[in-house]
Amino acid sequence: MEVLDKELVQKKSKASLPEIDTRPDMLKIEDLAKVYPTPKGDYTVLSDLQLSVKQSEFISIIGHSGCGKSTLLTMIAGLNDISAGKIKVDGEQIHGAGPDRAVVFQSPSLFPWLTALENVLIGVKQVFPHGSKQEKLDICKYYLDKVGLGNDFNKKALELSQGMQQRVGIARAFALKPKVLLLDEPFGMLDSLTRGELQDVLLEVWQKEKITAIAITHDVDESIFLADRVIMMTSGPFAKIGDELVIPYERPRVRKEILEHPDYYDYRGYLMNFLNH
Amino acid sequence: MKDSIIKVLRLIGLGFLEPLVRLCVGEQPQKNAVLFVKKAIFPLVSILTFLVIWGMGAQSLYDKDANARIEKARSEQGEAAAVEMQKCIESGDVSCQPNTLPSPAKVWAAYKTLLADHWTISEKKEEFAKKTAKINAKRAEKGEAPIKYTGRPSFVDQIQTSLKTVFAGFLLAALIAIPVGIIIGLSTTLRTSINWFIQILKPVSPVVWLLLVFMIVKTLLSESDSDKSFMISFISVGLCAMWATLVNTSMGVATVDKDFVNVAKVLKLNVFQNIFKVVLPSSLPMIFTGLRITLSVAWMVLIAIELLAQSPGLGSFVWEEFQNGANDSNAKIIVAMFVIGMIGFGLDRIMATIQKFMSFNKADVA
Amino acid sequence: MAFLELRNVSKSYGTGKDKVEVLKNINLSVEEGEFLAIVGFTGSGKTTLINLINGLHFPDEGEVLLNGKPITGPGPDRGVVFQNYSLLPWLTVYSNVKLAIDEVMKSASKKEKDAQIRKYVEMVNLTHAIDKRPAELSGGMRQRVSVARALAMNPKMLLMDEPLSALDALTRGTLQEEIVKIWGEDKKTCLLITNDVDEGIIMADRIIPLTPGPNATLGPEFKVDFARPRVITEINQDPNYKKLRTKIVEYLIELGENRKAEQHAEYTLPDLKPVMPGWIKWGKKPSETDYERSKHI
Repeated sequence: MEVLDKELVQKKSKASLPEIDTRPDMLKIEDLAKVYPTPKGDYTVLSDLQLSVKQSEFISIIGHSGCGKSTLLTMIAGLNDISAGKIKVDGEQIHGAGPDRAVVFQSPSLFPWLTALENVLIGVKQVFPHGSKQEKLDICKYYLDKVGLGNDFNKKALELSQGMQQRVGIARAFALKPKVLLLDEPFGMLDSLTRGELQDVLLEVWQKEKITAIAITHDVDESIFLADRVIMMTSGPFAKIGDELVIPYERPRVRKEILEHPDYYDYRGYLMNFLNH
Repeated sequence: MKDSIIKVLRLIGLGFLEPLVRLCVGEQPQKNAVLFVKKAIFPLVSILTFLVIWGMGAQSLYDKDANARIEKARSEQGEAAAVEMQKCIESGDVSCQPNTLPSPAKVWAAYKTLLADHWTISEKKEEFAKKTAKINAKRAEKGEAPIKYTGRPSFVDQIQTSLKTVFAGFLLAALIAIPVGIIIGLSTTLRTSINWFIQILKPVSPVVWLLLVFMIVKTLLSESDSDKSFMISFISVGLCAMWATLVNTSMGVATVDKDFVNVAKVLKLNVFQNIFKVVLPSSLPMIFTGLRITLSVAWMVLIAIELLAQSPGLGSFVWEEFQNGANDSNAKIIVAMFVIGMIGFGLDRIMATIQKFMSFNKADVA
Repeated sequence: MAFLELRNVSKSYGTGKDKVEVLKNINLSVEEGEFLAIVGFTGSGKTTLINLINGLHFPDEGEVLLNGKPITGPGPDRGVVFQNYSLLPWLTVYSNVKLAIDEVMKSASKKEKDAQIRKYVEMVNLTHAIDKRPAELSGGMRQRVSVARALAMNPKMLLMDEPLSALDALTRGTLQEEIVKIWGEDKKTCLLITNDVDEGIIMADRIIPLTPGPNATLGPEFKVDFARPRVITEINQDPNYKKLRTKIVEYLIELGENRKAEQHAEYTLPDLKPVMPGWIKWGKKPSETDYERSKHI
């Protein structure tokens, strides 16, 4: 049986990249740590974590459940306190949560008493208070249409299927025009067919705006398909970044082409190797 | 047409008629006929069975009491008196009827008497209104209060009074419990500091509430001439019944889905937006569950409170009939019992319908 | 003759306007000792299919045959493992398995039963937790109990309805291996329903996709003939695996294309810059400059 040559894979993946990436850092994480106090003493989830993400870069983070990848994401979002270290977005340290770091949660978490449109509008009203009513509505409709819900503006959130709800979740996040888009296992609750569809939808909307994005996932295929770079996190406690792999595929990406790409299974094997050891 | 009828039926809790509707349009006759029998005929049979058992029980109680009376007459006054008593009972004379559980037929008769009584009183009221119309008009010109009908209220009037009291009490409960519940629910500190207070007051008996309210209202309203007994009873009802709403509202507010809280944080909603756009809507189902319990508790304690406070209404009707001891008093009490039960059921159905509208997942509400 | 056979099976729920055709024209035959995976998606009627085989539901049209005889109801010859474990929370692991043993070994002595129970608990590596209640177990351990209970009925066939989809990837991998190992011992006929193509490839001899419902039906079959035991990291380098996986995934993508929501009228996006909320002055519409100022406060 053929054995995976890790160094070769790394070399291959970086072959087509330019020597120096001139894009500025949109997100910079320095010496980040997260400690939960427990009766038995402190439990360190993350420690000494360094990460920088360039503007317009799409990265994905994979790791086992409980490795602290979700903790990392909620810390960037400002929903979880930082124990030590710094998180800077666009050069400025973050203070609490804000719409400049939009989040797509694992469960769609739409307000069930509102329609799809109203769910998006509530955020749009927050960040575009200077816009006219028509402009705000146009923003909502634009994104809902982009995610394939052009016919369902006025459906109540609960009348939509899980997949549809998550489409609204994506529209809601993009409509905020965030600096960083955070995706917390966005498709984890969906079956693989719907998951594939939503990955396509996500990348299609992303392609136009190129918002810096971070996606947490435990699905190897998803991480490859979405990202420019896959970050592998070690298992907790004291989780940190174990390894990373550049995914050099051109955008916009077509799933079929990527599946048939000669290197695809090498990248996949590389990531699975990391997860299974 | 058919679908909208079924929808309405389901909404108002008469879903058991659904197979009948489907049967009428000829849809799957066999299956729907079976369903109809199961859902509508079987309950009907159970009602009939109940009536039969009641009738038999009443008859045996009647016989027992009649025998006791005859025996008593015999032992105290001799054989002749016993025969006299037996004849008296058989003749249906009012003076010597056994005083026990009335039979369904008697209750039905009492119901008709009460209804007839209502019509006569209504007529009297109309006559009175005609007679006093001119005088009242004059009095109104002078700025004096009109002369009111002060005769005996009919059974239906009593029901109306009771309903008025219960709604006033319910409104009071909602007005206190919902805002307080929201405030308590929002703050953990406040919740823990007030919780003991709620837990202690919640199980207090309606009677004690009534006495407490009586003490306060009597002092406050010693000079004003507003309807004191109405005030006392509706405030007591409100205080007794508000706890379910209070607890449910604070629970609902305190347990807003964590994801919703996160969404609100990411969108940087301010305090008021947070309450009115996220917290309140998401706890509405819980609040309405609480209100539904509150209304049914309010209706239940109302009867007891009216009975004790001597304020007009169904409760005092029952009490008066019990004191009265007339021939058909017992039957009238049973009529009142059924009316109270049915109104309680009706109120609950109304609340359930509203609750269904308010909940996000319509199938959850029973 | 096939062990299990479904002939032109159709099933619908509801009546009149609410009628939903869940399954349509299902034709399937499973050989004795075969491990078959059906890859289906949410709402495609997989659970209905399992219930038809299990005998909880009956087809509107067509027939479900087991050993050539129509299925008349649930029986101990078909053990089922559900996604939600369906263990009784007030019973220990031992007692949960005992329920099944009591059902199939009614006349056996207490000692024999005890031995059997311990054997099956041992089989799923739970001997250390035999006296624990489900609430004390992790998801993976609970699913092991569920498997042990299904096996304890000593069924001719094991039906698994997305048994592992609620578990995390690592536990899923271990359990896949364990189930295949147990299956390898006496080669019971197995029917696995899953939404994960890789799970199918690792475990099954044959994969058949179920098209998305309503009117779900079975797609073309894919034979999986890699040597066992199969390890995902090794098999990933196998060119045949790559070919097979790509073929199945592409078939599924095609299925997805058919139900894709099309985009409609083009809406134009107004050119507005977002502001950070919280700096809005009362009674005055904020301008974009407010945002700039707020950055420097």
